[in-house]
Amino acid sequence: MIEALSYDFVQHAILAGILVSFAAGIIGSLIVVNRMVFLAGGIAHTSYGGIGLAVFFGLPIFLGASLFAVGAALLIAALTLKSRHRIDTFIGLIWAVGMAIGVIFVDLTPGYNVDLMSYLFGSILAVNTEDLYFMGSLLAVILFVITFGYRNILAVSYDSEYAALRGVNVRFYYTLILILSALTVVVAIKVVGLILVIAMLTIPVYIAEKLSNSLFSMMLLSGAIATLFTLVGLWFSYTYNLTSGASIILVSAASLGLFLLFFGKRKQ
Amino acid sequence: MSVIQIRDLTFAYDKDIVLENISLDVEERDFLAIIGPNGGGKSTLLKLILGVNKVQKGSISVFGEPPHKGLSRIGYVPQNTNINTDFPIKVIEVVLMGHVGEKKPLFGYGKDEIACAMGALSQVGMQAFAQSKIGSLSGGQRQRVMIARALCAHPQILILDEPTSSIDIKGQKEIYELLRVLNKSITIIVVSHDISVILEYANKAAHVNRQLSFHDISDKKQTFHTHGEQEHFCEIELLQMLGAEHCESCPSTPSTGSGTEDPAGLETETKDTIANATVPEPAEGREEK
Repeated sequence: MIEALSYDFVQHAILAGILVSFAAGIIGSLIVVNRMVFLAGGIAHTSYGGIGLAVFFGLPIFLGASLFAVGAALLIAALTLKSRHRIDTFIGLIWAVGMAIGVIFVDLTPGYNVDLMSYLFGSILAVNTEDLYFMGSLLAVILFVITFGYRNILAVSYDSEYAALRGVNVRFYYTLILILSALTVVVAIKVVGLILVIAMLTIPVYIAEKLSNSLFSMMLLSGAIATLFTLVGLWFSYTYNLTSGASIILVSAASLGLFLLFFGKRKQ
Repeated sequence: MSVIQIRDLTFAYDKDIVLENISLDVEERDFLAIIGPNGGGKSTLLKLILGVNKVQKGSISVFGEPPHKGLSRIGYVPQNTNINTDFPIKVIEVVLMGHVGEKKPLFGYGKDEIACAMGALSQVGMQAFAQSKIGSLSGGQRQRVMIARALCAHPQILILDEPTSSIDIKGQKEIYELLRVLNKSITIIVVSHDISVILEYANKAAHVNRQLSFHDISDKKQTFHTHGEQEHFCEIELLQMLGAEHCESCPSTPSTGSGTEDPAGLETETKDTIANATVPEPAEGREEK
């Protein structure tokens, strides 16, 4: 195990795991407290359309996926802010159409045999330096937004009606949270894949919520818990030659089970 | 001096008229109770005063200015304070939210803001809970915190939407006692279903059901109290007392079948049924004789 740490790809994987875990912990907290889990799931799957387009046009995958995911986030924000009627139907639709677009464009790409599985279930062991820059920049942007927008984000998340009354631009912050979610989903695809991303955004957050008494501490704790799960999952993956994304999610789910068992008992 | 002045206000969602030709004056340090049936337009009226809904016809002025400008002098306590009880947030942070939208430090909270929030908490008797998680409080305690949040911005009018709808009886009484104390320096407007409690504390009442009938009840309370041994009245009884003198379309004596808008229609109908049962004759015929 120790000699494994000397490999570049293992170092990259660990660094990526930490960066993405903190991004997912912070943004996942916002997603959960704003009840946007389903929206985030929609954005995650839609972003596959961006991956397909990027493959077809020969663009960097991250770029294609990011643009597409942000587009989906803007569309979903507009839909939810405008009318809430049957919004879940539309999100389901966007979800499926995005994936369909991705599959079709990969089909249309001549001579390209893309490894679909690596996007669906993650490929953290194939993270390169460029990916790390992208992940690092995103985390920096998230930290910046949280630092300077914390009070307004807190007010919008806790009681949007009151925040609007006090002159806070609720639409702006709501859209901002969705855009950051989209970008976080894209980087998390590299780690756990777009099918499993929703678990990474919610399981650590669920545990952290029970242990925190402020949104800020919940974000940090979620990040730390997600990091722990990712690294332990990575170890399992490396040692037993298992798919990394699935290992991380199962470690998370098992930990959640243990947590509920002990925390639930303690509460009674 | 009137702090809120409403003149000939008519408001419709699309083509559904919700409020029609409403006029109302709220004086300084009034304790106004807004009552009325669900869907009668109470919440719409509040939203108009708060500037959330735009005035279509007629006028509203808050301290002589249009609603959105007077907003900084209004404290608002929304209806559902039991939403988001899982949210990880401390009581003091909820109260500090009262400063949101003002000029503030880039991050963190200013010392003066924290002092102000603690002051508001002690006004409602909740300073000991400043560091508690909001979800650990009872409904009544949470409602006090929401009042503190509204007080944080030093309002001259405090507007509460159904403040006791989800609180036990003891908690309700405490909330109203608190409002009575606050009323010494602040104008209070309360929307409530809970008529009997409201009439204990309010000095004015406005019954809103598309139209508005206004009552100065500060001297009338005596009448209510001598009316019966109990202090609680049923809603119909009260609406009769409040509605009878005002509303000409609602005659207090049973007449033709058109009395459907009578808030006390229940009684009218019962009498009709009994009359019809014994004298099998159409009601109109009965009247002509």
